[in-house]
Amino acid sequence: MSGMIEKLLIVGIVLGGALFIASGLIWLERRLLGLWQDRYGPNRVGPFGTFQVVADMIKVFTKEDWVPPFADKAVFVIAPAVIVATILMPFAVIPFAPALQVIDLNVGLLFFLAMSALGVYSVTLAGWSSASKYSLLGGLRAAAQMLSYEVFMGLSLVGVVLLSGSFSLGRIVEAQQGLWFCIPQFFGLVVFVIAGVAETHRLPFDLPEAESELVAGFHSEYSGMKFGMFFVGEYLGVTLISAMITTLFFGGWMGPFLPPAVWFLIKTFFFICFFILLRASLPRPRYDQLMALGWKVMLPLSLMNIVITGGILLARG
Amino acid sequence: MSLPPWTSRGSCRDAETLVSELFYISGAVAVLATFMVITRTNAVHALLYLVVSLLAVAMVFVTLGAAFVAALEVIVYAGAIMVLFIFVIMMLNVGTAGDAEERHLLAPRFWTGPAFLAAVLLAEFVYLLTRSRNAVIAVRVGPEEVGVALFGRYLLGVELASLLLMAGLVGAFHLGRRLPKEKEGAQ
Repeated sequence: MSGMIEKLLIVGIVLGGALFIASGLIWLERRLLGLWQDRYGPNRVGPFGTFQVVADMIKVFTKEDWVPPFADKAVFVIAPAVIVATILMPFAVIPFAPALQVIDLNVGLLFFLAMSALGVYSVTLAGWSSASKYSLLGGLRAAAQMLSYEVFMGLSLVGVVLLSGSFSLGRIVEAQQGLWFCIPQFFGLVVFVIAGVAETHRLPFDLPEAESELVAGFHSEYSGMKFGMFFVGEYLGVTLISAMITTLFFGGWMGPFLPPAVWFLIKTFFFICFFILLRASLPRPRYDQLMALGWKVMLPLSLMNIVITGGILLARG
Repeated sequence: MSLPPWTSRGSCRDAETLVSELFYISGAVAVLATFMVITRTNAVHALLYLVVSLLAVAMVFVTLGAAFVAALEVIVYAGAIMVLFIFVIMMLNVGTAGDAEERHLLAPRFWTGPAFLAAVLLAEFVYLLTRSRNAVIAVRVGPEEVGVALFGRYLLGVELASLLLMAGLVGAFHLGRRLPKEKEGAQ
C-alpha cells in the first residue's frame, strides 16, 4: 500500500511540477524577450512582475467562454483538451532522478513519440472545427508540418537507441555514464531540436499560427480558458521537449555534487531559455521553405546519422 | 462461455483477472467505436471514432503483452495515417452536402443484406471461439523479439513490403512531378 502512495506522490509531483513550470514560463518568456529586445517586459505585478502569471490566469478564467455558432461544437471543445492531455502523458516516462519516475516503460521512447503523434489532432481539429478560413489554413499547415517533422524526430532518435540498446528512458540515461550522447549523436541532437521546435509549433516555426498572415491561425476562434489550454499546452510542449533533450542527449539527471533532480532541472531550464532565445532572434520562414528544409536537409541528415552510427557500432562489434 | 485458462492459476490471480478484464473492456470499446465509425454521417466525426478504435486496439495489444506493437499502432495508424485522412477531408471540405449523401446511404435497404451475411460469419466465429480453450495467449513480446522475427525469419517479407512502398513512392513522385516549362505552356 505504501508503494501505491509513493507512486501517487510521484505522479502529483511530476504533474504539479510540469504545470507550475509551464505557467511560470508565461512570465519568464515575456521577461527574457524584454531583456533581449531592450525593454522591460511585465515588471509591475508583485516582485519582478512574477504575479503577472496570477493576473493572467484570473483574466483568462473570467473571460467570456464563447463557442461560435458556426463551429462544430463537440470537436471544438475536445480539441484544446487533447493537446494538454497528450503533452502531459509523456512526463510519466521521463526519469527526473533515479527514483523520481512514474513508470519506466520498456517502450518509453516510443510512448513519447506516440503521444506527440496524437498531439497533431488537437491543432488540426481546432482548425477544422472553427469553420473559418484562417483557422482551416492554420490547421492544414499544422497537420502537414507536424506530420513531416515527426518523421525526422523519430529518425533522429534511432542513433540514441542504437547506442544505448534500449527504448527505456531510464536505461538511455544510464548508458550515458561517461559520455553524453550529445557528442557521438551530434547530428541526431541537431535534428531533434529543430524537429522539436516544429512539433511544438513555436517561433520561428509557428506557421500554423502566423499572426501576420492568419490572424491567429488554428486558434483564431478560441477565447477564455479554451484559448488558455492551447497557451499552456504550448509551454508544456516546450518544457517536455527540453526535458527530452536533457534525457536523451545531455545525460538526464547525471552531474557532480548537486542532487540528480537539481541537475535535471538546471539542464531543462537551460534548454527552455534556448527555445525562448530562438523566438527572440530568428525570423519566421515561408511555409514552403519550412517543408523544403524538412525533406531536403533534415531527412538526409538523419538517415546519414543512422547509417554512420550503425556502421561504427557494427565495426566495433 | 469458458474462462481463459490462466484465470484460475492462483498466486498472481488478481493481477491476471484485472488484465483480462482490461482486455475485454478495451475490446468492447474498439467494437463500439467501430460501430460509431460506420454510422456517423460527418466524415471527420467518423475518423475521430476510428482513432478511438485504433487506440482501443493498441490497448488490447498492451493487455496481451505486446507493448511494442501497441506503440507502433498508435504512432503509425492513429498518429500518421489517420492524420493524413483528416488532412484530405479538410482539403476537400465537403460540408453539409456530404452529410446528406451519407445519411441517404445509411438507409436500411443498403445495409440489411451485408449485415445479415456478416452476422452469419460472426455467429460461426463466436461458436468456434467458445469451443477453443486457448482464446487468450498472453506472452510478453518486447522490441527485441519483434526485431529478431522481422529481420530473421521474415526478412524476405520485409524486403518485399519495402519494394512495394518504393513503388508507391515512385508513383506518387511521378504524379506530383513538375512538368518542364515548355510543355506546361502547351497544355
